[in-house]
Amino acid sequence: MAGQLRAYRRQIRSVQATKKITRAMELIAASRIVKAQAAVRASSPYARALTRAVSAAAANSTLDHPLVTEKPNVRRAALVLLTSDRGLAGAYSSNVLKEGERLAATLREEGKEVLPYLVGRKAAAFYRFRRRDITAEWAGFTDKPAFENAKEIGDRLVADFATDEAEGGVDEIHVVYTHFVNMVTQEPRVIRLAPLEVVEGVEAPGDGDLAPLYTFEPSAEDVLDQLLPQYVTSRIFNCLLLAAASELAARQRAMKSATDNAEELVKNLTRLANNARQSEITQEITEIVGGADALASAGSAH
Amino acid sequence: MALQVELVAADRQVWSGEATMVRARTADGEIGIMAGHEPLLAILGSGEVVITAGGNGITAHVDGGFLSVDHDTVTLVAESVQVGGGSPATQSGH
Repeated sequence: MAGQLRAYRRQIRSVQATKKITRAMELIAASRIVKAQAAVRASSPYARALTRAVSAAAANSTLDHPLVTEKPNVRRAALVLLTSDRGLAGAYSSNVLKEGERLAATLREEGKEVLPYLVGRKAAAFYRFRRRDITAEWAGFTDKPAFENAKEIGDRLVADFATDEAEGGVDEIHVVYTHFVNMVTQEPRVIRLAPLEVVEGVEAPGDGDLAPLYTFEPSAEDVLDQLLPQYVTSRIFNCLLLAAASELAARQRAMKSATDNAEELVKNLTRLANNARQSEITQEITEIVGGADALASAGSAH
Repeated sequence: MALQVELVAADRQVWSGEATMVRARTADGEIGIMAGHEPLLAILGSGEVVITAGGNGITAHVDGGFLSVDHDTVTLVAESVQVGGGSPATQSGH
């Protein structure tokens, strides 16, 4: 009986220790989401300026750069997966991987070969466990990406896209990342990074004049040559930042529910422990009363 | 008439506001831009960018990027921007 009580107490202590850890992780994640969101905001002027310039250049020149040209038959597609380095973030990484698997299946159905470019240790572990080939992998920065990380990934992708498919290049680049909608909603999204779809139109020119005719320096081709890879990198950077914010939000939520569960467990265990203690006392009293009764009846019999 | 100028690095906006002149180094050489400049898209080389805005300007070193001019709006974009060059008011303009 006493052993049971001791066992409950030990369990309560261990659950409380776990709760302290998950609570700390929750608070850390919560404070870092704010920073991650600020990073997303800070990078938006760059992305906006690039988008504006690209659409201006697109409107002013015949856009026949390889990065925007659809190749006639696509045979090799790059699949970029943005996952986390660490676990304890609920279904964050597995959602991206699931979406990636779905996309890979679709691409294969279209007769394309899928080449995985993995970001985050979780994606690499997923592929390695299944003994699949990995074209490229990066890790170690998923919760706090720097522009250099995006540049490294972007340079590699642009280089592979420029390479002929017979020599190991790719014809298409798809990215799966987690979009940060708000603190409670993050959803995996797929974008096609290349060939680029130049979206936003140029701002309508004021004063009733025609769209400005740009002068390019040194030449339109050179400007596009420089702009488009930068545009690709900036989109990757944006995806990385949004994914980082999503990862932290997912971790915060996972750790919050872990903390709540621990609290619930402690409550139940405390109840059980009290029960055990009470029944121990009851039993002792019963034993004493029973013993006294026996003594009394033994005394009166004489 | 003044120029609306934005100097943007990959991870932050470095400077924005009104200026009278922008000087930068493009791939072809130094360029100075004042209000009324024709629309331009140019590649920036590695070098200094000087934004003159009446005692409120900024000098910065940029490492490649590009420059666009459109309706007196100048946007300078670079992957890395290092503010420096002795202007006492480098923190202003935010």
